[in-house]
Amino acid sequence: MKNLNYFSFLFLLIFACNSSNKKITQNFDIESQDFLKGKEIYTDFCMQCHMDNGEGIPKIFPPLAKSDYLKNNRIKSIKAIKYGLAEEITVNGEIYKTVMASQGLTDQEIADVMNYITNSWGNENTSLITEEEVSKIER
Amino acid sequence: MKPIKFSYFLLLLIALTTCAQDKNPINKMNSHEVVVSDLNNPWGFVFLPDGAMLITEKEGKIIHYKDNIKTEIDGLPEIYVRGQGGLLDINIHPKYNENRWIYFSYASTKGDGEGGNTAIMRAKIKKNTLVEKELLYKAEPNTTKGQHFGSRIVFDKDGYLYFSIGERGERDINPQDLTRDCGKIYRLNADGTIPDDNPFVGFKNAKKAIWSYGHRNPQGMKLNPETNEIWSHEHGPKGGDEINIIKKSKNYGWPIITYGENYSGTTITDQTKKAGMEQPLHYWDPSIAPSGMAFISSTNYGDWKGSLLVGSLKFSYLDRCQIKNGKIIKEERLLDGIGRVRSIEQAPDGFIYVGVENLGIVKLIRKQ
Repeated sequence: MKNLNYFSFLFLLIFACNSSNKKITQNFDIESQDFLKGKEIYTDFCMQCHMDNGEGIPKIFPPLAKSDYLKNNRIKSIKAIKYGLAEEITVNGEIYKTVMASQGLTDQEIADVMNYITNSWGNENTSLITEEEVSKIER
Repeated sequence: MKPIKFSYFLLLLIALTTCAQDKNPINKMNSHEVVVSDLNNPWGFVFLPDGAMLITEKEGKIIHYKDNIKTEIDGLPEIYVRGQGGLLDINIHPKYNENRWIYFSYASTKGDGEGGNTAIMRAKIKKNTLVEKELLYKAEPNTTKGQHFGSRIVFDKDGYLYFSIGERGERDINPQDLTRDCGKIYRLNADGTIPDDNPFVGFKNAKKAIWSYGHRNPQGMKLNPETNEIWSHEHGPKGGDEINIIKKSKNYGWPIITYGENYSGTTITDQTKKAGMEQPLHYWDPSIAPSGMAFISSTNYGDWKGSLLVGSLKFSYLDRCQIKNGKIIKEERLLDGIGRVRSIEQAPDGFIYVGVENLGIVKLIRKQ
């Protein structure tokens, strides 16, 4: 038992060093190819408002990191990216009124970026979004 | 202090310092009147001699507005609506009364490769339809990246046509390379031909329409009516938005020199000055995300005459920059909290009109 503890401590230590080398603080699933594509889309289309770590800007652009809205409104979130969002929403107890325009992304790109944002900055989503799911979502 | 409380305090401190608003004071002695309502993103607008307005909606519409009636113009070219791209600025020829030419910028997929890039077209309107369409310029190559289309169209006193194209998300490839489009301000004759005295006409493989380079994303540009210089501002990275006076053949330095840093807070360059590269007239830190620009040349606003107006997308106000001896000596917030300011024009009646996202076009009123 003592050995096991020692072993897991060692494991943690190695793991910690490893992840710090990568300069990425998210869980390591994010390294997989799909999330990298999503990250690229995020950097290109989303980051200017939702910021580098998904923290948003208070009262203007809602956070994505640990966002209850994103966690509990999968379909609405996809719809917002696909068609834009022009209604008032409440995120983590704060009201946001800023309109988000549709970015003209393909269904695959929307799936990629959704999978990235729902698995970053402390968010976790094991049921990944597919291109097919996005394609079926209507206005 | 208990550790948990202390960490909350620390978090609050970080939040306050990183998302700080700028320090420009709020001027409350002004208001607005909505003139054209129900617009989504009025990227540009221009007044016609009969008092009508032509308005561009980024999603791909040109709207003719007169006497409370909106008419959508037909016959637009195919517009690539993606990211920051779409239908962008609009302007008219200085001798519009004689020739009826309308100029507009938009993201276009024309040419080889997936994606799009900024295009400039001129056309006339007959029976609410665009006719005699001429594509004057189309930047290459196409890219699916969503950023930095530039877009503003200005004529100088001699009738030359200037327009801005941003670096399209390729800062290390485009802005400093004269053989490539993007990250440039261009000059053409009004018919789209290249003036013989353009600065890079004699350079092998250079894009001959280039007037100045080293730009990131200029979304505001106007002729200064007092000096006849072309003034422009551009979105910098975090903390590096700039105002520049655009001069022939000059290099404005992006991304070799900048006062900004990456959105993540990491460094782009440690240089803010370099020989052979222009210093901005002014820079904003924190960034205000500038869009739209106008000079007040009328006497309608009293001692605001001569001021430069710049829209702030990020902080939702109209920035009045007071100019003295060619320098900005003071800034203040007008229409504070109005919404994302996209476009600004001084109308023939001497009043300032402001295009605000999801609000419309409003008239600026100074209270006595």
